[in-house]
Amino acid sequence: MTNLKYRLLLIVGLVVASVWALWPRTIIERVKRDGVFVYDTVKRVPLKKGLDLQGGMYLALEVDESRGAVVDKSDALDRALKVVRTRIDEFGVSEPVVQKVGDSRIIVELPGIDDPERAEQVVQKSAFLQFMITDESNALERALPRLDQIAKDAGGPAAAISGDTARSTALGLQKLFTPDSASKSSDSTKSDTAVTPSTGGTISSLLQRGEMPGEYYIAENNVPRVEYYLSLPQVRAAYPPGKTLKWGADTISLGGNVYRTLYVLDAREILNGEWIKDANPNNTPIDGTVVEFQLSNEGGRRFRTETAKHIQDYMAIVLDDRVMGRPPVIQSAIGTRGQITLGRRDLQQAQDLALVLRAGALPVPLKIAEVRSIGASLGQDSINRGTTAMIIAISVVVLIMVVYYRFSGVLAVGALVLFVLYTLAVLAGFNAVLTLPGLAGLVLAVGMAVDANVLIFERIREELARGKTVRTAIDEGFHHALSAIVDTSVTTILTAAVLYQYGTGPVRGFAVTLIAGIGASLFAAVFITRTFYLAWLSRTRGAQALSI
Amino acid sequence: MFRILHDTRFDFIKWWRQAAILTIAFITLGLGSLALTGGLNLSIEFTGGTLVQVRFAQPPDAAELRATVGNAEITQFGDPTEYTLRIQGAEAIAEQASAAEGVAKQVEAALRAKYGDRFTIVRTEAVGPKVGAELARGAIIAMFLASLITLAYLAFRFEWRFGLAAVLSTAHDVLVTMAFIKLMDIEVSLTVVAAILTLLGYSGNDTIIIFDRVRENLKKSRKEPLYDTLNRSINETLPRSVLTHATTLAATLALLVFAGEVLRPFAWVMTFGIFVATFSSIYVASPILLYIERKFPRKDAAGRGPHVSASSARAESQVDDAPSRPPRSKTTAGR
Repeated sequence: MTNLKYRLLLIVGLVVASVWALWPRTIIERVKRDGVFVYDTVKRVPLKKGLDLQGGMYLALEVDESRGAVVDKSDALDRALKVVRTRIDEFGVSEPVVQKVGDSRIIVELPGIDDPERAEQVVQKSAFLQFMITDESNALERALPRLDQIAKDAGGPAAAISGDTARSTALGLQKLFTPDSASKSSDSTKSDTAVTPSTGGTISSLLQRGEMPGEYYIAENNVPRVEYYLSLPQVRAAYPPGKTLKWGADTISLGGNVYRTLYVLDAREILNGEWIKDANPNNTPIDGTVVEFQLSNEGGRRFRTETAKHIQDYMAIVLDDRVMGRPPVIQSAIGTRGQITLGRRDLQQAQDLALVLRAGALPVPLKIAEVRSIGASLGQDSINRGTTAMIIAISVVVLIMVVYYRFSGVLAVGALVLFVLYTLAVLAGFNAVLTLPGLAGLVLAVGMAVDANVLIFERIREELARGKTVRTAIDEGFHHALSAIVDTSVTTILTAAVLYQYGTGPVRGFAVTLIAGIGASLFAAVFITRTFYLAWLSRTRGAQALSI
Repeated sequence: MFRILHDTRFDFIKWWRQAAILTIAFITLGLGSLALTGGLNLSIEFTGGTLVQVRFAQPPDAAELRATVGNAEITQFGDPTEYTLRIQGAEAIAEQASAAEGVAKQVEAALRAKYGDRFTIVRTEAVGPKVGAELARGAIIAMFLASLITLAYLAFRFEWRFGLAAVLSTAHDVLVTMAFIKLMDIEVSLTVVAAILTLLGYSGNDTIIIFDRVRENLKKSRKEPLYDTLNRSINETLPRSVLTHATTLAATLALLVFAGEVLRPFAWVMTFGIFVATFSSIYVASPILLYIERKFPRKDAAGRGPHVSASSARAESQVDDAPSRPPRSKTTAGR
């Protein structure tokens, strides 16, 4: 009797613990209110939904080595991780995940994000800010004859450039999907180059002097060609000493033609974004959208000293190798405050730029190795469908058990209810993430959970058929079925553990639910059903017949 | 008491030859088509590539859609308004080496140009070639490791003859399921790999249950030939098998019908796998066990299991011809 009391006590205790673990609780969470993220308290069931159920975005980032190798990738990634984390924290997503996986990858999970492209921008933007002085000495003009010669020797860019032209045309799709179009576009470039070089130098014919020293205009359709020449190592080697060339970020239109700007700058920056303390977006009547930044005291001191040397010069603000806006003239020494002009871009972009400037620059460029984004509506669909499948599966299982095993079936169903409760509680307790395959695992576990009960019941029937008393039959039934039940549970748990080790997000969810489910079902069948029987036996004071 | 298949005395193992022909034919068909058409239908998780799931306001014209997005593979996904576009070409994947999301953006731009605002992108997956290769490797390691662990456990839990028979029958299940996946042209994603691994465990289960009973019956009636013990054990566990499969099948069928397009491949594999697991524990594991027993008869001197020496010689002589020439009369005579 005392044995039974303890058994019941344990079951009730676990039920209480499970209900407590699953009770909706108040959680402080970032939620979106009128488009702004604020911390707020939310009351909800503490079961975490995976990205595939609640919608959101998953990104895997790697160090981009296409523009030069990175020596210590793991260390660079650690530093990048800090920056990405700061940016994401400010980006405003509830419960984001930013973590390093292995030595070469950063994983970012953004639940509930509805603008994947913007998120990619924020994560990936290098945000390396430099202040540089434009060249006043006509250095490029003097170097041009040599550059022209080198470019001419290097030959027509037709073949090499075709890729770039194709990519820069609005729909690169054409090239991707139909193999023959690539050759077509390269033909057209070839004919272009055949006409133009006759007029003057190979490069100089493409350049047009701008309004300020060190500024050049290049017609939009010539941009790929110039980009190609400037990417040649021999051309780079022949740059005027101590100077560098950077493209402008915007196009300008002059007399109906669209031009890109190219700036010749002193290679030595006078300051970089490292010293930025704060940055905020603003809308000004004159410059349009701007990001106003504030330097730290030390940065301000340096800036003041440097700018004092360059009064009346033009200062280019270079963000990720692009000159932002037209370089302004330095009227007097500049202190801790300044602004970056974004021209026609909208406030959202200014907000994002301010955000990445505050978080700091990425120490290494990152590329996206994998991206998955799932709309919230699709996630809700999945939840609804998964729930439907679950309810139907449980109903059918209950029906089979009760029809076939009658009273004992009812006991098994009782154990099944507790099984579902325990499984969910274990998932909540371990902070496991519920995914769509995880829901499938749960449905499957329901089907498998009764297996143990079936084994036991069949065994009891056999023992009864051999003429044993109800009590002995029950004891023997449990006793003999145990080894098979343990074996089956262990094999399933082992495979699920392997799956957990090698799977990714959703599949891991499946493995976790399966393990939790099998564990709970083992307990439910062996312990709970047994206790139910014991309770029933003690109530009926040793029944002579068992409905099974 | 409501019982089905109670106290049956079917001679299951008699049919082992027909069963073998059936299953070998199926596997050959599957693996043959695998060899001829070159590989399984792998998802972009493994090959690298881009998948975009689009929900249109009105059902689009499939031909028009195809024209819009060029060589993307277009599949209707559940509703007539929903489509998935897959781009797995080598060129597109190479482009994704530098930026995985590029192709997805081009697809969106192409759709935007054609359909304006009359669609929403509900899901995007873009996997670079490197990640794809890693996931594929992970999946293969997982399959291999899971098989190894199951094998080790069975060998530890049962005497080696049982263990080997169980492992071979489990391997058979995986092969048949692969053939099924190939013949049904099911897309192999990580979820499907998860289904195969679950089957690995599940099929092991089924064999374990029967072998557990065989082990027990061997202890009880030592005079009986193994052929009869196996048949008796299968018959005794038959109600359990039928019932368990009914409940598990209820679960997988519910998933198949109600859980939607994403889980459908998983549900197909599980549903099929449950049939195969039952089939193989009766028609594959048992004949193999008989064969092993014939080749390597137990000797009690070696201390392998609690089997009596007097019966082992007899059992051997009867078992000897069992797999090659099933003795029909002996089954009933044994009782």
